Amino acid sequence: MSFNNLDTLYRQVIMDHYKNPRNRGQLEGDHITVELNNPTCGDRIDLQLKVENGVVRDAKYEGEGCSISMASASMMTQVIIDKPIEDALKISEMFSDMMLGKEMEGYEFDIDSLGDIQALQGVSKFPARIKCATLAWKAMEQGVEKDDKQGS
Amino acid sequence: MTNLDYVRSHFPILDQEVNEHPLVYLDSAATSQKPKSVIEALEDYYKRYNSNVHRGVHTLGSHATDGYEGAREKVKNFINASSIKETIFMRGTTTALNTVAYSYARTNLSEGDEIVLTLMEHHSNIIPWQQAAKATGATLKYLPLQEDGTISLEDVREMVTEKTKIVAMAHVSNVLGTINPIKEVAQIAHENDAVIVVDGAQSVPHMRVDVQELDVDFYAFSAHKMCGPTGVGVLYGKQSLLEEMEPVEFGGEMIDFVELYDSTWKDLPWKFEGGTPIIAGAIGLGAAIDYLNEIGMDQIEKHEHELVQYALEQMNTIDGIIIYGPKERAGLVTFNLDDVHPHDLATALDSLGIAVRAGHHCAQPLMKHLQVAATARASFYMYNSKQDVDVFVEGLKKAKEYFGDVF
Repeated sequence: MSFNNLDTLYRQVIMDHYKNPRNRGQLEGDHITVELNNPTCGDRIDLQLKVENGVVRDAKYEGEGCSISMASASMMTQVIIDKPIEDALKISEMFSDMMLGKEMEGYEFDIDSLGDIQALQGVSKFPARIKCATLAWKAMEQGVEKDDKQGS
Repeated sequence: MTNLDYVRSHFPILDQEVNEHPLVYLDSAATSQKPKSVIEALEDYYKRYNSNVHRGVHTLGSHATDGYEGAREKVKNFINASSIKETIFMRGTTTALNTVAYSYARTNLSEGDEIVLTLMEHHSNIIPWQQAAKATGATLKYLPLQEDGTISLEDVREMVTEKTKIVAMAHVSNVLGTINPIKEVAQIAHENDAVIVVDGAQSVPHMRVDVQELDVDFYAFSAHKMCGPTGVGVLYGKQSLLEEMEPVEFGGEMIDFVELYDSTWKDLPWKFEGGTPIIAGAIGLGAAIDYLNEIGMDQIEKHEHELVQYALEQMNTIDGIIIYGPKERAGLVTFNLDDVHPHDLATALDSLGIAVRAGHHCAQPLMKHLQVAATARASFYMYNSKQDVDVFVEGLKKAKEYFGDVF
């Protein structure tokens, strides 16, 4: 009896983000807050974004969930800080494609240059876990939308 | 169980590999697997006598009507209802509970009345009452849980008063496995002129249920958790109560006379079955009941009791395991292992071919009470073996080792 393919999912770098989360906490001052949960499993994220002139200046999150959902949140915040909203959304779309198992070629951004998110590529082989990985990204998309409405 | 191989041979789905390991299905509390006889009954209906019921005079139509009404007779006998008027086919437990909350509760509740629930309820036995309370001004009260996840009759006696109009609770908790003392609670409810509504989704598949002996007023269950098809279930209600209740759905099949400005309803049970009913589903449920009777409910209960006690014993040998619920319980175990999130645990087990449930199990208030965001659950049925338990426990140990290393 041995685990089948489990290592393709639980990469070392994912475990590192899970155990040592980056950008976990509460933002001070003016910011946008999005609380999102996955009602089917109880994962929850509380994402805070500081957006100035269309650029994500800072991001922090709190929440609870499995290693995949929390590692994804940690990686996501690292990638989007200091990126224009437009780019953050493009990367989010790219991430969704990655979850669908698409080849990461022909995109505006090079997957290797986007922090550690490439490590989550294996999630696409575990369909039941894709929603765990995309939760933080969906929260980010909603937050950015909120900024759009407030900002204009 | 006299011959487990004999039972397992009836379930074609069990004979397969998942992720290159033999399937160990431990999620029957979510939905049970189906024996060949049920699958064949559905096929037979669609192949040989698919037709609408209660109308038309052709041969297929009367064959379908016999199948559908025959299934009702089987349900009636299975739970020992006093008449077929008391067994209504519905989409499942959720629809059945909602029907009571809509039709009975909204008519009989008013401001100041109380509905008593327990903290261990499934969402489908909470939200319909929340909605009924909002609509009528009634108040919800929750019976507390003891340390071991049971309720105490002392608390029931204290909380159920002349203000109480409805007591609603699960017969068996889908998370804790707790078997609630329904007969005693029903008596207390009746002493206070309240009705008792029971969510039987986790009990009817696994133990003998006699609604007259329990003296319950309403009792709801789903076919798909008891070897039957999805999309059908039963609302049992005492005839005297059902007669006073208005239907929730109006349309074809449930009417007596329709005039331009008013209509009258058919008799029980049909007045609650608006529209073309769940014909194939009911026939499938009938076949499932035949199957359960063939194996024997007492046998099933005994087998699961042995399995769950064995599982508890084996699981307790694992360091860092937390098991929720009482020792004496129905055939399921909800647990957490160290700091491993239940989803991660379930994925690891799945890669060994073991299917368990992970999440909040549609019982968020209970999760909050247990102070956990999620848990994992292994649930057993007549087709599970001690070997399944061994493979599962071995899997837990391996997962603990794996996550202990990677975390």
